[in-house]
Amino acid sequence: MARRVSVQTRIGFTVLAWAVALLLFSPILWTVLTAFKTEAEAIASPPTVLPHSFTLDNFAAVQERSDYIKHAINSIIVSFGSTILGLVIAVPASWAMAFSPTRRTKDVLMWMLSTKMMPAVGVLIPIYLIFRDLRLLDTVHGLTIIMTLINLPIIIWMLYTYFKEIPVDILEAARMDGAELWNEIVHVLVPMAVPGIASTLLLNVILAWNEAFWTITLTSGRAGTLTAFISSFSSPQGLFLAKLSAASLLAIAPILLLGWFSQKQLVRGLTFGAVK
Amino acid sequence: MGSITLEHVNKSFGDVQVIPDISLEIRDGEFVVFVGPSGCGKSTLLRLIAGLEDTTRGKILLDGQDFTDAPPARRGLAMVFQSYALYPHMSVRDNIAFPLKMARTPQAEIDRKVEYAARTLNLGNYLDRRPRALSGGQRQRVAIGRAIVREPKAFLFDEPLSNLDAALRVNMRLEITELHQQLKTTMVYVTHDQVEAMTMADRIVVLNAGTVEQFGSPLELYKKPANRFVAGFIGSPKMNFVEGAEAGKHGAHSIGVRPEHFTLSTTPGAGTWAGTVMVAEQLGSDTFLHVQTDLGLVTVRTDGEQTFRHGQALFLTPDPSRIYKFDAAGKAI
Repeated sequence: MARRVSVQTRIGFTVLAWAVALLLFSPILWTVLTAFKTEAEAIASPPTVLPHSFTLDNFAAVQERSDYIKHAINSIIVSFGSTILGLVIAVPASWAMAFSPTRRTKDVLMWMLSTKMMPAVGVLIPIYLIFRDLRLLDTVHGLTIIMTLINLPIIIWMLYTYFKEIPVDILEAARMDGAELWNEIVHVLVPMAVPGIASTLLLNVILAWNEAFWTITLTSGRAGTLTAFISSFSSPQGLFLAKLSAASLLAIAPILLLGWFSQKQLVRGLTFGAVK
Repeated sequence: MGSITLEHVNKSFGDVQVIPDISLEIRDGEFVVFVGPSGCGKSTLLRLIAGLEDTTRGKILLDGQDFTDAPPARRGLAMVFQSYALYPHMSVRDNIAFPLKMARTPQAEIDRKVEYAARTLNLGNYLDRRPRALSGGQRQRVAIGRAIVREPKAFLFDEPLSNLDAALRVNMRLEITELHQQLKTTMVYVTHDQVEAMTMADRIVVLNAGTVEQFGSPLELYKKPANRFVAGFIGSPKMNFVEGAEAGKHGAHSIGVRPEHFTLSTTPGAGTWAGTVMVAEQLGSDTFLHVQTDLGLVTVRTDGEQTFRHGQALFLTPDPSRIYKFDAAGKAI
């Protein structure tokens, strides 16, 4: 049944929706605008909205002070590497839990999720020591491993949910058609779960890209990602607000673009199976 | 070749015993139907043969060889599911070719077999479509096509027609029966519809609560039901059962008369059981009468030419040679 909504109510809600959206977006907008201001204008009081003297000096200064490209490459390797490694582990794990559950499957899933509820700093010391002893500190592969482990529960949970939507009959049909386990997963399960796998991939790339705690604590110069790159600009000495904004803009731009172009896929994947 | 032997097969899910102990011998080339009410274990039994479920105890032999612990992929059986279970991301051609690809068949042979199956099942024009662009009947044909290209030892059908509308169901029933006559491959078919069972089977297994009530040809089950359950399950409309004094006259705990084994009369006194017509269901070819008698509500089948009205007095005489007698345990006497 269509509900009758008066014009005033509709206008009211539209204004409210825009206001909330702008409020949420304003920090990012402010960062973007500040990135093109001079350092003096960035801290001017009263603050200016649009940059008076448009400048690209901040970006040049940022690239000069610390190598943006190197950090960006590290970010790409760590976020995509950890997600793909995670998927390789999670696809069989989720397959097993979705299609041959045991009495303990729910407990295993809950246990996996519970590891995400624990504050990361709780395991900082043991992980730091393990990384030191294995000589993984400040290495890209070490960071990829820790990022895989951190996001694995989410990857497994997401895939598990998508796999649950796949009718088991179809997998059984594949078994009857002579498909051994590997062929069943590669030729039937994975192609059917492509939307789910794609959105899992996207979401976890974004999560790994934005991860700051482990990247900052486990890296110094060599393996730093873009989050470490930004934090290096938040120093108490000197006025760096405009440069910090430029660095932030450079760091979030790639992932913002990825999110923008894949938003359809993301929404489809995240609501997959919600309505049959 | 494709004989299937079950030896003392038992299946439990946790503490729930679904199949206590079943032994069966399905001969090569036979069309066997498992029929029974829902929850009787007929689908489970089929899935045990397929290997989709593990037996708790007992053995499953295919052509005399023990396959009890073999995975489904190694059993050489083909299955058609109720939901069709087509691969939604593949074209009809790839769906039918899938089992051949899994068996690493050369491409030329795959093409030839897919063409042949498509021609047999009238799917020639749909080979490049996806399953979602097909009607229910066409999907079922693709599922059958996928099963026949493998040239399996036996076909397993799990209620394949229950998602189709009535007219299509009759058509597909004929097609499957014809296919069996053409291929002469063993077929095991699960249904809850006794009409399907009667019309398609060489032999029928009537299942109830995980046990075999009777295993025999359709007419054997109709004419000589082993017990009250089979007598009531086979035949449509259902057999009428009467207990008490009337059964005692025949030296039985209960007696059964099929609706088609009555002679009717409207003349008072010209029949053993007197009653009044409650409902007359006119089907055209037949009329089903629900008659209220002193012995209870009795269903009678008569030809479609006569008309009856509600409340009309009717006198029924069961054919004495067709009265089934059962003892207190329900076994046929």
